[in-house]
Amino acid sequence: MNFDPRLTNRSFTSVGTRPIRPDGIDKVTGRARYGADFNMAGQLVGRVLRSPHAHAVIRGIDTAKAEALPGVKAVITAADLPDLTNGDGALYDILDNCIARKKALYDGHAVAAVAAIDARTARQALKLIEVDYEVLPHVTDVDEAFQHGAPLINEAIFTEGLEEKPVKPSNVHKRTQYGHGDIHKGFSEADFVIERSFRTEQTHQGYIEPHACVASVSSDGMAELWVCTQGPFVYRQHCAQLLGMEASKLRVTSSEIGGGFGGKTHVWAEPVALALSRKAGRPVKLVMTRDEVFRASGPTSATSIDIKIGARKDGTITAAEATLRYSCGPYAGMWAEVGAMTAFACYRLDNVRTVGFEVLVNRPKTAAYRAPSAPMAAFAVESTIDELAGKVGMDAVDFRIKNAAQEGTRASYGPVYGPIGIGPTLEAVKNHPHMQAPLKKNQGRGMACGFWFNFGGQTCVDLNIGMDGSVSLAVGTVDVGGSRASLSLVAAEELGIDYAQVKAIVADTSSLGYNDMTDGSRGTFSSSMATISAARNAIKVLRERAAQMWDIPADDVVWEKGHALAKGEKYGNLSPLSLKEIAAQSGTTGGPIAGHSELVADGAGVSFATHICDIEVDPETGATRVLRYTVVQDAGKAVHPTYVEGQYQGGAAQGIGWALNEEYIYGKDGRLQNAGFLDYRIPVCSDLPMIDTQILEIPNPNHPYGIRGVGETSIVPPLAAIANAVSNAVGVRMTHIPMSPPRILAALEASTSAQKSESIFGKHDA
Amino acid sequence: MVAVTLWGSLAAVAGGKNQVDIEAKDIRELFRKLAEQYPAFEPFIDRGIAVAIDGTIYRDTWSKKLPEGAEIFLLPRLAGG
Repeated sequence: MNFDPRLTNRSFTSVGTRPIRPDGIDKVTGRARYGADFNMAGQLVGRVLRSPHAHAVIRGIDTAKAEALPGVKAVITAADLPDLTNGDGALYDILDNCIARKKALYDGHAVAAVAAIDARTARQALKLIEVDYEVLPHVTDVDEAFQHGAPLINEAIFTEGLEEKPVKPSNVHKRTQYGHGDIHKGFSEADFVIERSFRTEQTHQGYIEPHACVASVSSDGMAELWVCTQGPFVYRQHCAQLLGMEASKLRVTSSEIGGGFGGKTHVWAEPVALALSRKAGRPVKLVMTRDEVFRASGPTSATSIDIKIGARKDGTITAAEATLRYSCGPYAGMWAEVGAMTAFACYRLDNVRTVGFEVLVNRPKTAAYRAPSAPMAAFAVESTIDELAGKVGMDAVDFRIKNAAQEGTRASYGPVYGPIGIGPTLEAVKNHPHMQAPLKKNQGRGMACGFWFNFGGQTCVDLNIGMDGSVSLAVGTVDVGGSRASLSLVAAEELGIDYAQVKAIVADTSSLGYNDMTDGSRGTFSSSMATISAARNAIKVLRERAAQMWDIPADDVVWEKGHALAKGEKYGNLSPLSLKEIAAQSGTTGGPIAGHSELVADGAGVSFATHICDIEVDPETGATRVLRYTVVQDAGKAVHPTYVEGQYQGGAAQGIGWALNEEYIYGKDGRLQNAGFLDYRIPVCSDLPMIDTQILEIPNPNHPYGIRGVGETSIVPPLAAIANAVSNAVGVRMTHIPMSPPRILAALEASTSAQKSESIFGKHDA
Repeated sequence: MVAVTLWGSLAAVAGGKNQVDIEAKDIRELFRKLAEQYPAFEPFIDRGIAVAIDGTIYRDTWSKKLPEGAEIFLLPRLAGG
């Protein structure tokens, strides 16, 4: 990589402005093409048969009657997707999750699929498939699954990470540990110690667009997939491996995306659609229903977390400890490990230990959800921090400022921090007018901090300059939050031209080199780095072409403000050539002008945010209303501030739903009871106040413009900020997310009962 | 020579040592020598290891230099949303 990514001091013309979004009109008029909007001639309808059991051996599947139904063109089971994973355990889990092999492992697990001429025939065919199940005991609760004697989900799981390999299998896939110092010594030095246990329930990302794709496999082995995804290149790789194809023979085109938030980084239906198409010899469209999205895509973990933090009277934290149990669904994961890494990342701690346990349950396979695993850990830690600040007698913000991590602090997950932004977000919150606004009866205010790593990754960009001077930017990172606008701004900035001259598109997998997914808040960070590099390569060509037009050496040509300039007094009579003028002559100066870039964007830099929430609680019903909400977060450099604010607001809105209402509810039969937006209610506009934002710009030293990712960190603090607000409003520490009205009422009643007992029997006997 | 700190699971593979000294100029050489000295590291390298150099995390830039005296910390490669 011949590109220097280091920050350079510069002023900006385009970057930092707020042009109208390029995809806006298409999206509000319905013209934008989402996953389900693709169609092909001769296309069949795909439908999936799903297990009604949480845990069952599949003794046999009889598809004969379904196959005999007129209009059915293909029926598949696991036999049509044989195991080609060659010992790759993670890939095998993806395969088994796409279509169950020996056992159905959760309510909704795919067991067979059909392709038929229409939806009615496909539904009829599903009813004709006979599956012989042997129902097994199941476990859906993370704490119950953790216990000895719980129904065993996978006999081959022996807990990793223990000093001695266990002699018996269990539902605990792995134990991991992070930290440093001596927590026993640290706690012995504390004047105050708070110990609390917390739970968070499983939630879904709640993207509005269900998973959808059209798969077409030709008889010559070539295949195409149109799909709603965060990562067409990764989908291509996984689908090709699972189907035994060469990746180069599968072309994947991503659609517009109606939300992903990590949930569209994994394949579920796509390999099934391709297998159906391969068997039927016709294109197959497969669109998941909302019920299927809830039951059989990838929600986040349910968690059970124990926290212990000690502090001296002066407010210095002396030790911190967390034990985190995260559900993974029925397959191995590393969700608790990420929780263990992020839990105390905001703080400067001499003695800290976090232990994570990955717990298998009979629920859908856990997938990433926006800063995966961090919000739950932050909820537990920040709730305890708030309570400890109260014990010490310090203001919650001052307590955090006193203990905040800073440059040179050893992070709780290991390395020593470079320059970081937690301190500035706390100072901004301390000085924000929101913190001084008065509150009324039954209202409470809470604040909390959050941390996320942010990533970069493999990135490839093509920048083509048309003969009319227009610039076409082809990127490989799916636009999930406005990257086409921000990358166009970056291209305009670097070339010195107007934003309106640039048009960015998301290329398919056959048109561009490999790109990692849009995850880890990397879209704008990574692709902007590649765009800058591609623009600089194009400028080199533009200078050479201008030199040809002037018949002077290329070294005598510089590029300034969108023009080639001949430097030196001897060229005084040469007027600058604009990009447009050079492009117009390109046909006779060497052909099309382009710049390309392929690089690995690394050094994304860690990210911090601090949120403030005001809430009102009705003590009679437990109903809550968020009155005011403020997000303060470091963006490094906000390329398109409106989109950055949108990311901050979106994270807060999702967090509000997670904190107050959203949860997967399973019956005793192991079946999901609320697989729809009516019973799994996400916030709508009328539930939310205008979410205020404050963008801090502390430049990232590892990006030429100082850009940081902004997509994920905004969902880390809300659970904790809202829990602290509710706890302050009702005077009872809330320890279970979501804080739905029944749960708030139960906490209030438990508190009242405890107070009555104290008054009757005395505190020590209660 | 750089001192490389290992996270818990990797330390277990290195016989309980949470720090090893390696003569390596960049991440690529570091991984190669780690795999030579500790063959059990190879599946971890295949799965993905992130390298924090003075606090900045690198996942794929194997050509990244390891400056003398820098803090080198190995971490698991994580997924984002």
